[in-house]
Amino acid sequence: MHELSIALSMIDRIEEEAAKHSGKVRSAQVKIGVLSGVDCEALRFAWEIARAGTDLEATELEIEKIPLLVRCPACGKTYSPEIQALFCPECITPVQDILAGKELELTTLEIDS
Amino acid sequence: MTTQPRMVEVRARILKENDVLARELRERFQQAGVCVISFVSGPGSGKTTFLEKLMGRMAARHRIAALVGDLATENDAARLGRACSQVRQITTGTICHLDAKMVAGALEGWKLEDLDFLFIENVGNLVCPSSYDLGEQMRVVLLSSTEGEDKPLKYPTIFNTSDVALITKIDMANAAEFDREAAHKSILSVRPGMRILEVSAKTGAGMQETEDFFQSVRAPATAR
Repeated sequence: MHELSIALSMIDRIEEEAAKHSGKVRSAQVKIGVLSGVDCEALRFAWEIARAGTDLEATELEIEKIPLLVRCPACGKTYSPEIQALFCPECITPVQDILAGKELELTTLEIDS
Repeated sequence: MTTQPRMVEVRARILKENDVLARELRERFQQAGVCVISFVSGPGSGKTTFLEKLMGRMAARHRIAALVGDLATENDAARLGRACSQVRQITTGTICHLDAKMVAGALEGWKLEDLDFLFIENVGNLVCPSSYDLGEQMRVVLLSSTEGEDKPLKYPTIFNTSDVALITKIDMANAAEFDREAAHKSILSVRPGMRILEVSAKTGAGMQETEDFFQSVRAPATAR
């Protein structure tokens, strides 16, 4: 389980960004792609441990899970397949062009003014 | 005065620190002309045995170094040390993966310009290493013939983030009733077009082809 390492990196990122603004961070929004290697439930659990004793002790974590989005190189259509089947459902062409699903990103902070 | 919270857009990669360091490492490796290949797999798939044999074969003609990640013990470094003199163990303690910082720290004192290849053996784990870029030129994922053919389907992210799949212990395939076609199929469904190599470190089958392949990977970097 590397979600604790990820949660600790999140604390660094949030503190770094929050330092540019005044006010307490009420919540942090993150995007986690299904192909990022991070399990959202484990990350929620790790967040509880990571935030304890920091300035972000009361900061809520809001996770947006990003499904896979790929484009078929043959028919040009975009679709969201399972990560175990990277083929175009219509023409069965293998897909390498991944448009979304690898995110591991801190997107916004909700800051009390 | 009521406190109205405001939304601040950030858009920062959570692993920014690692990604930045990995990019710096990649540039350093390229400038030094060293081909860096990392190896990931579950525990027991034969990473160390494969690397020991590969390095033993390559050491006569190439300048090779290796980094070995493990939670504890220096046993694997001692084993690889039999094949080449420049080997360092990274003991991660409780951390289940290598990161760019650990790699950068372990390189201290080595002259990268004097190396042709640097092999990085990650901690035996099919989940956690997938999120961490180490600055390597190529990531190889190992799957042994004694594991299930559907392992790529169970651990799609590590296969998808790797460049090459290496099926090891191919000498055991018959005894383990390994379904080669099913294994290839599951690899290709999580990573279409993936290069698949098959080896046996024990009998030497496929080792020459694998060695040739790694040399071809290095070639473009040196033809500057």
